[in-house]
Amino acid sequence: MNWMEQIHIDKVQTELNRFLNKEVYVHLETTNGAYASHFDDKAYNVGAFIRNAKVTYQHAKIVGINGAYRVGLKMDIGWVYAEGINQYEVDNQNRLLMAGHDREGRLMVTLEISETPFSY
Amino acid sequence: MEKHVVVIYPHPDDEAFGASGTITKFRKEGIPVTYLCGTLGEMGRNMGNPTFANRETLPEIRKKELIEACKVLDVELQMLGYRDKTLEFESRDEVAERLKGILEKIEPSLVITHYPEHAVHPDHNAFGAAAVEAVSRMDKNKRPTVWAQAISMTHIQDLGEPDIVNDITPYLKTKMNTILAHKSQAQGMISKMKQDSEDFEATVKARLGTESFYTWKF
Repeated sequence: MNWMEQIHIDKVQTELNRFLNKEVYVHLETTNGAYASHFDDKAYNVGAFIRNAKVTYQHAKIVGINGAYRVGLKMDIGWVYAEGINQYEVDNQNRLLMAGHDREGRLMVTLEISETPFSY
Repeated sequence: MEKHVVVIYPHPDDEAFGASGTITKFRKEGIPVTYLCGTLGEMGRNMGNPTFANRETLPEIRKKELIEACKVLDVELQMLGYRDKTLEFESRDEVAERLKGILEKIEPSLVITHYPEHAVHPDHNAFGAAAVEAVSRMDKNKRPTVWAQAISMTHIQDLGEPDIVNDITPYLKTKMNTILAHKSQAQGMISKMKQDSEDFEATVKARLGTESFYTWKF
C-alpha cells in the first residue's frame, strides 16, 4: 500500500503539470466532521465536497512553506483552490491525491486529480 | 426471548460504539442477529493515526474492518451500498421500502436503529427515520419492536429517560474488540480517552458500559 508522504513542492509541481490541458476528474473536499457542534456547542459543522467534477486546467501551482500548502488550478473560466494541504501521494492508478490532516490524522481538506472518474 | 434481531445503522463502527454489548448479549443467548450497514463510511475523516488510509482507499479498508467486526460479534452482515453523507438526500420512500422488503424476509422480533432527529449525524437521523418508516409500513401483527438510540446532548431533556438501559459491562471486552476491529476509526477515540483520564479502564466502563434505547411508539 502507498502511504501519503509529506509535501515535496517540486515533486508535487511536476505531478500537477502532468495533467495540464487534459480533461481530468477532480475530487475536492473540506470538512470539520459531523460532530463538531456536538462536542462543542460554539462550533459550526462545515463541509463541502464535489466528486468527479470534470475540468481542464491550463496552469497549476503549489505554494507554501512548513507543512501548509495551497494548490490552485487555473481554468479557462475559473479556478480550483485548496488550502491546508500537507501530504500527497500518486496512487497505483496514477492519480494525484493531496490532503491536509490534523495532528490526530483526521482529514481536513483533500484535492485529488485523475484522468479517469473516481468511484462513486 | 427475541427470535431474530436486526440492527440498522449507516456506518461501519456505529454498531461497535452503539450496540455491540447488547448484540453480544443476544448472541450469547443464541439469538440470530443481522446487521444492515447502510454505507462504507466512505467520507469518514479518520484516516488512522498515523494516517494509513486516504479518501480513495478508505472504503475498502472500512469494508474489511466491518467484516472483521461482524466476525468478532458473530453476526450476519448485509452491506446496503449507499454512500456516506448522502443518505438524507436519498428518497425516504425508496430507502424505507427497501428496508421493509429485507425485514419482511428476515421477520425479526426486534429492530435496533437510531432515533430520528436525536442521533446527531445526518446519516443516523435519516437512516433511523427510514427504518422506523419501514417498520410502520409493515403489517401490524408482523411488526417487530423498535429500539431507537438517541445520542444528542439534549435527548433526555427532550424525550425523557430511555426505557431500555442495558448494563453491558459483562460484555465490555467483546465491545472493545469490536471497536478495535475498526482500526482506522478507533485510534482517535481510544487515544482521546487515554488522554482525558488517568484511569483508562474506569473511563471505558463509564463511557461504554451502558447502551440505552427508547422503545418506539407507533
